Amino acid sequence: MSVSKSDAATIQNTEDIVRLRQRVRDLMKNEGFSLVDQTKMVTAASELARNALVYGGGGAVLVEVLKEDNGRTGLRLIFEDHGPGIADIDQALTDGFTTGNGLGLGLGGSKRLTNEFLIDSSPGAGTRITVTRWM
Amino acid sequence: MNTIPILKLGEYLLVSIQVDMHDRLALQLQDELTSMLVKTKSRGVLLDISFLEMVDSFMGRMLSNIAAMTRLLGAETVVVGIQPAVAITIVELGLTLPNVRTALNVDAGMEILRRLVDFSDQKGGYECQQE
Repeated sequence: MSVSKSDAATIQNTEDIVRLRQRVRDLMKNEGFSLVDQTKMVTAASELARNALVYGGGGAVLVEVLKEDNGRTGLRLIFEDHGPGIADIDQALTDGFTTGNGLGLGLGGSKRLTNEFLIDSSPGAGTRITVTRWM
Repeated sequence: MNTIPILKLGEYLLVSIQVDMHDRLALQLQDELTSMLVKTKSRGVLLDISFLEMVDSFMGRMLSNIAAMTRLLGAETVVVGIQPAVAITIVELGLTLPNVRTALNVDAGMEILRRLVDFSDQKGGYECQQE
């Protein structure tokens, strides 16, 4: 598997979330992802970027286009923040659970909207979430 | 900064969201829509989101909030034009959009609004408009 395209962006305000949505949309459109795939990934990107902003105090995201040896294309997003981290990941993934005033759908919903979902987080060390959607 | 135009048509307000909204714009729309509702004494709001390419949980909450706020002001809201891919994504995300009435398109939405407003004229008041 190789990374055929990669770019990084910061997430410091809600305009950055809009920019990320547009970036993900454009890349997936160019790579030929279906409209439903695009919409799912754009929505997951929006949820995770907002989490990084609201709970992580801002962060960064790496957007990557992946090519597998068999020709399959994927889009991977790696979100990183240096916020308080997630103490109980299972709890955080439960729909309706929130430590803020959101709906508590961001993490669980993003997991359902993507093919691969990985959380790496510990209290005090920040959070890294990696999601991938394959064509 | 962009604004989202709110058009008055008879006793209804029409809003068509045609830009990818950042959070501040969404909150601004709530403010302007509720103010305009009171000022024009409108009875219903038709919210067209057919240009929206995604509805995330923030947007979903905004749609629910607008429906709840307008109801408190004696009006009804119908959201129209959700794209198929957006509908699929809303369900997988787990958004339930409580209290949000939807219709396929503007025509169907206006028909629902007319019926709702007629119904509330017969029964009167906020209490009877509850499901």
